[in-house]
Amino acid sequence: MSETATSPHFKENAHAALADSELQRSLEILETNFIGRRKLVADKLPEFDALRDAARDIKNHTLAHLDLYLEEYERRVVAQGGHVHYAVTAADARAIILEICRSVNAKIVTKGKSMIAEEVGLDDFLTAHSITPIETDLGEYIIQIRHEMPSHIIAPALHLSKAQVAADFRRVHTQLPADRNLEEPQTLLAEARAVLREKFLAADVGITGANFLVAETGTSIIVTNEGNGDLTQTLPKIHIVLTSIEKLVPTLEDVSEFLRVLARSATGQEMSVYTTLSTGPRRSGDPDGPREYHVVLLDNGRSAMLGGEFREMLRCIRCGACMNHCPVYQAIGGHAYGWVYPGPMGAVLTPSLIGIDKAGNLPNASTFCGRCEEVCPVRIPLPKLMRFWREREFERHLSPATVRAGLSFWAFFARRPRLYGFATDVAARMLALMSGARGRFHWLPLARGWTDQRDFPAPQGATFQAQWRKR
Amino acid sequence: MAGPRVGLFITCLIDFFRPSVGFAAVKLLHEAGCSVEVPRQACCGQPAFNSGDRGDARAIAEQVIAACETFDYIVVPSGSCAGMLKVHYPELFRGDPNWQPRADAFAGKCFELISFLVDVMGVTASSAEFAGTVTYHDSCSGLRELGVKGQARRLLATVAGLTLIELQDADVCCGFGGTFCVKYPEISNAIVAKKVANIRASGAGTLLAGDLGCLMNMAGKLARVGSGVEVRHVAEVLAGMAGEPAIAAPRERKAVTTP
Amino acid sequence: MFASIRSALGVNGREAPRRKEVADRLREHPTGVVPARGHLPPAERVTLFADMVAAAAGTVTRASVENVPGAIAEFLRRHNLPLSLRRGDDARLAALPWERERTLEVTVGPSDGRQLASVSHAFGAVAETGTLVLASGSDNPTTLNFLPDNHIVVVDAKDIAADFESVFAKLRARYGERQLPRVVNMITGPSRSADIEQTLILGAHGPRRLHVIICN
Repeated sequence: MSETATSPHFKENAHAALADSELQRSLEILETNFIGRRKLVADKLPEFDALRDAARDIKNHTLAHLDLYLEEYERRVVAQGGHVHYAVTAADARAIILEICRSVNAKIVTKGKSMIAEEVGLDDFLTAHSITPIETDLGEYIIQIRHEMPSHIIAPALHLSKAQVAADFRRVHTQLPADRNLEEPQTLLAEARAVLREKFLAADVGITGANFLVAETGTSIIVTNEGNGDLTQTLPKIHIVLTSIEKLVPTLEDVSEFLRVLARSATGQEMSVYTTLSTGPRRSGDPDGPREYHVVLLDNGRSAMLGGEFREMLRCIRCGACMNHCPVYQAIGGHAYGWVYPGPMGAVLTPSLIGIDKAGNLPNASTFCGRCEEVCPVRIPLPKLMRFWREREFERHLSPATVRAGLSFWAFFARRPRLYGFATDVAARMLALMSGARGRFHWLPLARGWTDQRDFPAPQGATFQAQWRKR
Repeated sequence: MAGPRVGLFITCLIDFFRPSVGFAAVKLLHEAGCSVEVPRQACCGQPAFNSGDRGDARAIAEQVIAACETFDYIVVPSGSCAGMLKVHYPELFRGDPNWQPRADAFAGKCFELISFLVDVMGVTASSAEFAGTVTYHDSCSGLRELGVKGQARRLLATVAGLTLIELQDADVCCGFGGTFCVKYPEISNAIVAKKVANIRASGAGTLLAGDLGCLMNMAGKLARVGSGVEVRHVAEVLAGMAGEPAIAAPRERKAVTTP
Repeated sequence: MFASIRSALGVNGREAPRRKEVADRLREHPTGVVPARGHLPPAERVTLFADMVAAAAGTVTRASVENVPGAIAEFLRRHNLPLSLRRGDDARLAALPWERERTLEVTVGPSDGRQLASVSHAFGAVAETGTLVLASGSDNPTTLNFLPDNHIVVVDAKDIAADFESVFAKLRARYGERQLPRVVNMITGPSRSADIEQTLILGAHGPRRLHVIICN
């Protein structure tokens, strides 16, 4: 929930992250695995860039007709015996889900991975109402027992070492022998599998997200590698799909395009292990499956984005490629961003959802290197959107006073070339003199941020303009 | 009949910190057959633009366009400033019936220096000599906004005596980011530290790039960690003007040391 | 919510051109960019499929119809598994010559989590990515795809298509326009997780082993 966002403390968060050697070690894996694998698999598919263009165009078309596709989607879901619920706010979503859970006296709810569930703070809410939510995606399960937020939208436990996970399993799985060997990832996974298998079979309600919704057939699609989402939605009496309005895609052919770019961009796989298309509850003749199928469609600020300069952000398919390639994310990890969505996509989306006043640091902490946009499978111009947020901040006078003052001072000169030329020539020669023969400054007032960790090169002497005018 | 009339957009960093790069650019342009003038405007307005101050950015852009639009080409020895002029100026004036056509026409004439020499003037070789090993960093804006990648490497390959070693993660940001290194210095430092580790691991004696901001950032970190790697703008080497003290290096020329 | 979406888009929802565009797209479901990769002559297509399954850590074998029960038994023996299997009531599976492997105990129905091995018959497959496509129902219950540790899937060679679109078209033909069965599972290899230090491990929550039998 937005109340728990620590995004206003981004600088402090980043400072802690930079000093956290466990985290730094974990982040190195990101660079060698995700980036390399994506490149390999993208290079193997000649049509990859054309697919990105197609994916972008399909999303643009869908967003421009979102009201109509939503109507069609709802019609198809209902025709198959499912229910569609519209949740304008996070509170609405929580209330709807609680009511559905209460209708079957649910005690245990299993959950597939869902960023929307994090966004609306579902787990804490259910717990407060005496319903036990159990995350079944291994990464989400690990952070659930640590009471943490995910640090990456695809690999939520990326920031943890296996030793940390082992310690948490020992702390929580008290029914198992305390001295058991938990050295290897295999044993950790086997333990999680056994513990969670029991929960899958005991759950009354299963909640998943949806990577895509297909208007043509009233279908929700989840994409996983573990199979947890499938066990979550197949075994309990009720399957709830908690999702958001921009996940809609018109047809099965359209979804094929996205399936071709999603796994490749996210993990460097050709396809995730399980891509599951669900359409409604158990049919007559179905020996398994949920008896009820509910789709909760969340808005929470997205329809507002539709009408403004951040519409392009609604194309996002949550692959995580942007954060994998971002030098800032690679340096500080996901928790520093303070909320559910980290990295470049988080920097653009978070202010829309929790406000630029809380999340102002996020779009500012970027070098605009452009690598995110370069790898985005739906070609979202992330740096440009971050700059739009900076413009909004500037207009609303939200940037720090020192920054505005500095900018005003600089702009005064920059708009007056002759005056600028005179002032800079004086300043450059003075600095050159001050640096003597060293050619650099070890320390410079007003540039402490730089000189704390870097030397500052000195000017050569008179400016180029001054020298040129003299010729 | 003289060749194309080029307006050299000097950029505020080169103007202030390292005019020798400007003179190297002039030399390269003369050698390619261009006549060169230098309009008074030094800054492209990017600091204002990236800080969300569209008003100041527009005002500066109008001045720059008015001062430069009569040249055949506007050449910029910096990928990020060239990107500002070529890609972002048209964005600043989108929808403005008076300025949009002027901005579009202006943008069409703007080029980063090295890609101008190679792609427009057809320069295929450098007559310079440089005895040493060199590694090259791809500055982000030049690379991703303007597609500047192979041109500098191709020219460097023709410099007599020069050995080019590819830099690991050459296309990864150095952490400068204009105002970023001032607003988020710790994160910027973490990023440049990785870059410096790669530079040192390359074994090259000299680091080159096409953007002075990146170069100052990397040079400053290299100096702080005691590395002897020399840092220069690629134009200096291509123009055979690599005799000046390197960026952040001491004024007196010491005996050559190995990095 | 529709009001806020419509006002954001600047429409009232009744505009004819927009409605037509949407109706046309849903009816015509135009095909987009389709990779050329899977578009091979049948024999090569099957080989590509088998290679892609193996690349996803599945195992593959080929068998004629009469040898399928033998191939299944061989798989179970190779992994020291009991010779017991659950299947759905798919007619093609029912028609297999099970009597050729009398020691193989085969029960019919969904899984309750206690079975170690299951067999399904695929609706189709996609050579492009080595993906099996299975449809829910009593013929191939969904729980057979996920609960048992070992999942064996029989797929007819002729049902191995070049791309996803071909299989979707077949689903439409079988289940009707705008319809799908309750669940379509597109499965590429056995279950896995890399959530612990990015170490890839097989057998997360779904099957540890996926064995594909391509039936001629």
